[in-house]
Amino acid sequence: MTELAITRTDSAPAPGPAATAPLVAVEDLRVSFPTAGVEAVRGLSLSIAPGECVALVGESGSGKSVTARALIGLAGPGAHVRASAFRVGGGDALTFGPREWRRLRGRFAGLVLQDALVSLDPLRTVGAEIAEVLAEHDVVPRPQRPQRVRVLLEAVGVPDPEVRMRQHPHQLSGGLRQRALIASAIAAEPELIIADEPTTALDVTVQAQILRLLADRKAAGTALLMISHDLAVVAAVADRVLVMKDGLVVEEGPAREVLTAPRHEYTRTLLAAVPSASPRPSASPVPSISPRSSGSPVPSASSSPAASAVPRRPRRSTGAGPRGPVLTATGLSVAYGPRRAVDDVSFHLQAGETLGVVGESGSGKTTLARLVLGLLAPDAGEVTLRGGPWSGLPERERRPLRPAVQVIAQNPLDSFDPRHTVGRLVADPLSALPRGRRGERAAELLGRVGLPPELLGRRPRELSGGQRQRVAIARALALRPEVLICDEPVSALDVSIQAQVLDLLAGIQAEDGTALLFISHDLGVVRHLSHRVLVMKDGRVVEEGDAGEVFHQPRHPYTRELLAAVPRLPEVDERRRLTT
Amino acid sequence: MTAAVPARQPTDPPPTTSPPGARASVTQASVTQASVTPAPVTPPSATSLSGTRPPSRRRATLRAPAWLNAPVRRLVSAVAVLWAAATTAYGALLLAPGDTVDILVGDGADTPQIRAQITAEWGLDRPEAVRYLSYIGRLLHGDLGRSYQLQRDVGEVLAGQVGPTVRLTLAAAAVGVVLALVLAVATAGRSAWPRRIVSAAELVAVSVPQFVIGIVLLFVFSFSLGWFPVSGAADPQALVLPALALGLPVAGVLGQVLREGLERALEQPFAVTARSRGLSERAVVARHALRHALLPAVTLTGWFTGVLLGGAVITEALFGRPGLGRVTMQAVSGKDMPVVMAVVILSAAVYVTISALLDLAYRLIDPRLRSI
Amino acid sequence: MAVAAPALRPGARPRPGLVLALLVLAVLVVAVAAPGLVTGADPLAADPLRALAPPGAGHPLGTDHLGRDVFARVVYGARHSLGIGVLATALAVGAGSLLGLAAGLAARLAGEALARLFDVLSTFPELLLALLVIAITGPGTWNVVAAIGIAQIPTYARVVRAQTFVVRRSGYVEQAVTFGHSRARVVARHVLPGVVGPVPVLATMGLGQAVIATSGLSFLGMGPQPPAPEWGAMLAESRDYLRVASWVAFAPGVALTLSVVCLTVAGRHLQRRFEGRTP
Repeated sequence: MTELAITRTDSAPAPGPAATAPLVAVEDLRVSFPTAGVEAVRGLSLSIAPGECVALVGESGSGKSVTARALIGLAGPGAHVRASAFRVGGGDALTFGPREWRRLRGRFAGLVLQDALVSLDPLRTVGAEIAEVLAEHDVVPRPQRPQRVRVLLEAVGVPDPEVRMRQHPHQLSGGLRQRALIASAIAAEPELIIADEPTTALDVTVQAQILRLLADRKAAGTALLMISHDLAVVAAVADRVLVMKDGLVVEEGPAREVLTAPRHEYTRTLLAAVPSASPRPSASPVPSISPRSSGSPVPSASSSPAASAVPRRPRRSTGAGPRGPVLTATGLSVAYGPRRAVDDVSFHLQAGETLGVVGESGSGKTTLARLVLGLLAPDAGEVTLRGGPWSGLPERERRPLRPAVQVIAQNPLDSFDPRHTVGRLVADPLSALPRGRRGERAAELLGRVGLPPELLGRRPRELSGGQRQRVAIARALALRPEVLICDEPVSALDVSIQAQVLDLLAGIQAEDGTALLFISHDLGVVRHLSHRVLVMKDGRVVEEGDAGEVFHQPRHPYTRELLAAVPRLPEVDERRRLTT
Repeated sequence: MTAAVPARQPTDPPPTTSPPGARASVTQASVTQASVTPAPVTPPSATSLSGTRPPSRRRATLRAPAWLNAPVRRLVSAVAVLWAAATTAYGALLLAPGDTVDILVGDGADTPQIRAQITAEWGLDRPEAVRYLSYIGRLLHGDLGRSYQLQRDVGEVLAGQVGPTVRLTLAAAAVGVVLALVLAVATAGRSAWPRRIVSAAELVAVSVPQFVIGIVLLFVFSFSLGWFPVSGAADPQALVLPALALGLPVAGVLGQVLREGLERALEQPFAVTARSRGLSERAVVARHALRHALLPAVTLTGWFTGVLLGGAVITEALFGRPGLGRVTMQAVSGKDMPVVMAVVILSAAVYVTISALLDLAYRLIDPRLRSI
Repeated sequence: MAVAAPALRPGARPRPGLVLALLVLAVLVVAVAAPGLVTGADPLAADPLRALAPPGAGHPLGTDHLGRDVFARVVYGARHSLGIGVLATALAVGAGSLLGLAAGLAARLAGEALARLFDVLSTFPELLLALLVIAITGPGTWNVVAAIGIAQIPTYARVVRAQTFVVRRSGYVEQAVTFGHSRARVVARHVLPGVVGPVPVLATMGLGQAVIATSGLSFLGMGPQPPAPEWGAMLAESRDYLRVASWVAFAPGVALTLSVVCLTVAGRHLQRRFEGRTP
């Protein structure tokens, strides 16, 4: 098809049928970085028609970002780009020099990157950044530029453009920043917007707004190349989806088809792994996909007896009832200056139960975790452990109790002493054990989280993201805690790895009856694991209840807003039928 | 990440392996930065080795209001530096072995009248605390004391020698900054050879003592080629070699810091965005990266001032120039303590002034600091 | 999104510069420890009849204005120039690390006060601080050691304190607290190694600067007194004969530059390795 299109434009020099000619048509694109010895893209073909939205989906390292940047000649220094055919904006990109590329950038295609805090120059005003495009391509004469910037900011839904254009990126909220970035990308009215993970750094409600904005641009006739790791995000806007893996397109087709009737096994894996806010299919293919998962030598989760025995949603262990809650928080408050980070929060946690804490950034989730961990003393309120005092104890008296409450941090690398090997890290909590027994116990613990004992001698930096998080879990288990606090434990991981780690946590809970305080911004992830849920906003609990209830009949408007904002895959039921 | 945890600035490298003196390495910038730029207002981290600490409300109430914060801190730290300089100098006087009057007389004329004058001036017949306070009080009135060796007031002695030193240091600073900027912009991000050559040159410029550079310059341009005078400060020509000798090491360090800053900035996402707008590489450097590269360079204030002031002493000795450096050397060799003490205080005052100016520059360059 | 960082492969890229630097440093160590092995000549033996002789037989690098062998003086000078640098650095690193650690581990108010003191003191130009010490003590080898050592203490103290602070607030120390370890154990097992790790790197980088400072003070006549051979002092003497006998300046200038360049190269290599290891 694409070849036909090219030959047609070539043979017919008249610009008449330009409307049907693709904006971008590339055949057998290969991008390698010889110095690093990496072949990021290995023979990809892609075409984008005017007004079309194409999505490139894949996990980290799949080559999707490199592909997108190669399309505007920005694959990076040291990149070696080859293609058998490469037409961009009506020109033969294979013959482009720097000057030709520069004429296309901004004018023909605008680029929107992940986080506008770093993607807009932090030292310049938002207005200057947008005006730069106008000046570079001489879109409007200088005196009219401020007026044009104002119009552009208005067009992307930035209120008070007059004020905002004089501000710097750090003075804008994440959502406004991203809008400003989009305004700068569309300033020269390009025919194509390339959006590379445009919503990844954003809260879910803001993400929904930005997706709507991008959909508006598409409706206005601009073609869109959307790059994302999240199938659900692209589901809302994409006409066509390309699924990438290890530098190759493994599946390609109309969005609906790919998302509801995936042909390739990897696509199915990705779809199944999306922890959506709706119930997951019961037969999860996740544990069987490990050969690919980040190329690690980890045996699949299913090889660990703990993980294979996992029921999907562990029932609350009934035996815990009479003993009362393991951990109780009453009226917890803490303030930083005038701001109340946590405001009158109360909850209790039973053995074997998972309490999910959901909220957007700034809602006080992490502060709550630190309070419960006894790393921060509350201004008011109290945390009790097994009915006895905890938060009020002096550190000396709390120390012997600390093994009962352990934590898994969002970024395990931060919580590992960089000088220590995995073996030493996992054995570190075991100071009560005789020295000779520690290594053995560390290997045991690694086994429990599905890691081979060979990793004991490695350093944390040499592990993949999923492996690191497993090591963190193994270490947290070393002291057989009654309460495990998980602070965004999977948000830094690829979706397929996320699912494995979540299953591991569920399995551990089912075996040990550990109580989990599970903190996340991701409703899907929380739903996947939690029995009960707290919804936090601005330090307060706005809703609390049974997971099923909160997700099905949210009472608080904020919860409803959150749930509505979660991007969904189309027709879950149909998909489930197809996959099982 | 909630707001409760101070977000780690991505531009905030841990100050792990920064060498002292900063001359040897570029990473010193990150350490120096801590003192020059006000720390971002973050909630106090309550973590400590001993577990919980009450979130300190005490500290929160002690803190000046946000809008007052920056200028007040600036002023307080400036006064602290000056006070510490004065006190250090005074401490040196006390530490010097022997009778204070003998020390102050030094090699000067020693008569009962002069001894009485010294006793009166320094309050040596009064209690320690009063002595110290009257010394500070005298300084507050701008009185730097009297040199009994030179039979002149110290202020007068220094004032007469400021001119040549100011000319020398300004010229050297200009040489250093201009050279560093040119080299950094010309070689940042360039591959292989030009970059390697310049960075090797920088390494040498950083490692060679100023007086060695000076001797080489003297040998080549004065003795062999005869282009410039060997010594003196009579005509502008005589300023060229000293300014180069003093400015080259500055150019070496600044050039490294700027180049690394440029290269770091050119890898940032905002540089990708800028390129995606169609900007040429030159424009990305000029409009975006350069400002970012200036930030770490600005934080080298302390080092910069130190090199120029300390280097002036050596450079003036080598090139036989008059100036504060020569006065200092004469005072040190002759143990003329009042002059030595005054030089220490003066250099602190220079440091305070320069760093205040550069702090202002920092705020102009980085809008993120203005709102703090 | 985290991808496993590739393991650092030592020796993956040959570094001729580093090898060369280490070789030079090895030669310098020999010159400091046993100068007699390198040259048979006496650095103090004057021969007025052969003053300012150009390099040639008997005097490979010529003679100075008193007819002393320049090569022998450069070799024996290493002991002064580098020796003083090493001792001064040891003093500064030792005292600076202890003070910095104390400030980093002390209770908030005391730690803060110490830290401000380091900040203020490190603003003084090191050379002036050293000259202030010399003004009190007078010139001489040991006085220069003290002067340079004391002048550099605040810098090391500041860096070590900052590092202590970073480590104290790091995720891994917090994690160790949650294991219920005692304060002493957390400090010994996690904080100290994290703080002490970079100190040798700092010291190597600082040593080069101390050598420059030493030769600078000697150049000004404040170092080891004549007739002791010291590179800075030799250069100061050579200035008057530059027109007729440039070789007198050449040898100590090259020795001084070479040693500082090599120390800097070695220090940077250590630094890069260190930073590569810790995230």
